[in-house]
Amino acid sequence: MGHACGRVEIAAKCGHNRAPFLNYDLMTLTFEDFRPGRLGTFGPRHVTREEILAFAGEFDPQPMHLDEAAASRSMLKGLSGSGWHLCSIMMRMMFDGFIGRTESLGSPGVNEVRWIAPLRPGDDLMLDAEVVEARVSRSRPETGIVTFKSTVRNAGGQALCEMVSPILVRRREGAAVAERMG
Amino acid sequence: MRFFEDIAVGQRRELGSFTFTADAIKRFAAQYDPQAFHLDEEAGRKSLFGGLAASGWHVGSVCMKLLVADGQRQSKEALARGEEIAVWGPSPGFRELRWTRPVLAGDTISFASEVATLRTSETRPAWGIIEARNTGTNQHGEQVFSILATAFVPRRSAS
Repeated sequence: MGHACGRVEIAAKCGHNRAPFLNYDLMTLTFEDFRPGRLGTFGPRHVTREEILAFAGEFDPQPMHLDEAAASRSMLKGLSGSGWHLCSIMMRMMFDGFIGRTESLGSPGVNEVRWIAPLRPGDDLMLDAEVVEARVSRSRPETGIVTFKSTVRNAGGQALCEMVSPILVRRREGAAVAERMG
Repeated sequence: MRFFEDIAVGQRRELGSFTFTADAIKRFAAQYDPQAFHLDEEAGRKSLFGGLAASGWHVGSVCMKLLVADGQRQSKEALARGEEIAVWGPSPGFRELRWTRPVLAGDTISFASEVATLRTSETRPAWGIIEARNTGTNQHGEQVFSILATAFVPRRSAS
């Protein structure tokens, strides 16, 4: 206790791993539950050296992600995780934070990802999520499109990656029908 | 890998293909994207995807895998010709990623990369910045994946 990862420990104890509007774990979220604004802070997620090497070995075997000596000579000045690994971890943090309890129908893509600073072995990550837009799909009125901006930070508060991405979310039963009937 | 000066807008490379088995789809999903339609055939069938579907992050990561393998092939060829090898830098990010169709268990996706823009870095004179449109196409000829990816490429003149 009381060492370098104090910030994330405090965050976890203060219940930051819950979206603020969620009072019970078993509540399933539909489109109507997402309104523009802050959604919550999720984590912490510890990232080990072994995991960084395993992901890079399978999907991104560049020396800067695999080899300490080569990495120290690279632009990132030390062993760093693959950006695709970091995005995949962000996906998992969003799943654990709220997507796992959401009537998600999948995602059409990602508007933008910015890799700002390297993911390092031993990092403890926290993810801030914000709803930037929530609208009903024109082609599928029973479905909403919720666009999130997610920022993942290390224990020092340095932002590592920012992502803007939409997901399709089912609307509450009958929402589209009620609209059609006026 | 090639140097900035050896690259031209419009150049296209076929990166090879990858078959997404049900096992590989579930293994990736269990770790990073455990939504039911990525883990379970029945849940996949009932979803908009119509079958067990790979996580989009799995598809993007496989594209990266084939890009790196293609770069390593180019480096080997350059070495065999006695040329200097360019070591590419990291990527500052990407835009316009589209998962246009689901990648279902058993699908074989062929990836390609086409150079979209080239510019020199103002803050890092030893580097150029490349934007490439990388795409994935399934065995029926349908595009399933598209991304506009950015990377730092070393300049020959500066090395």
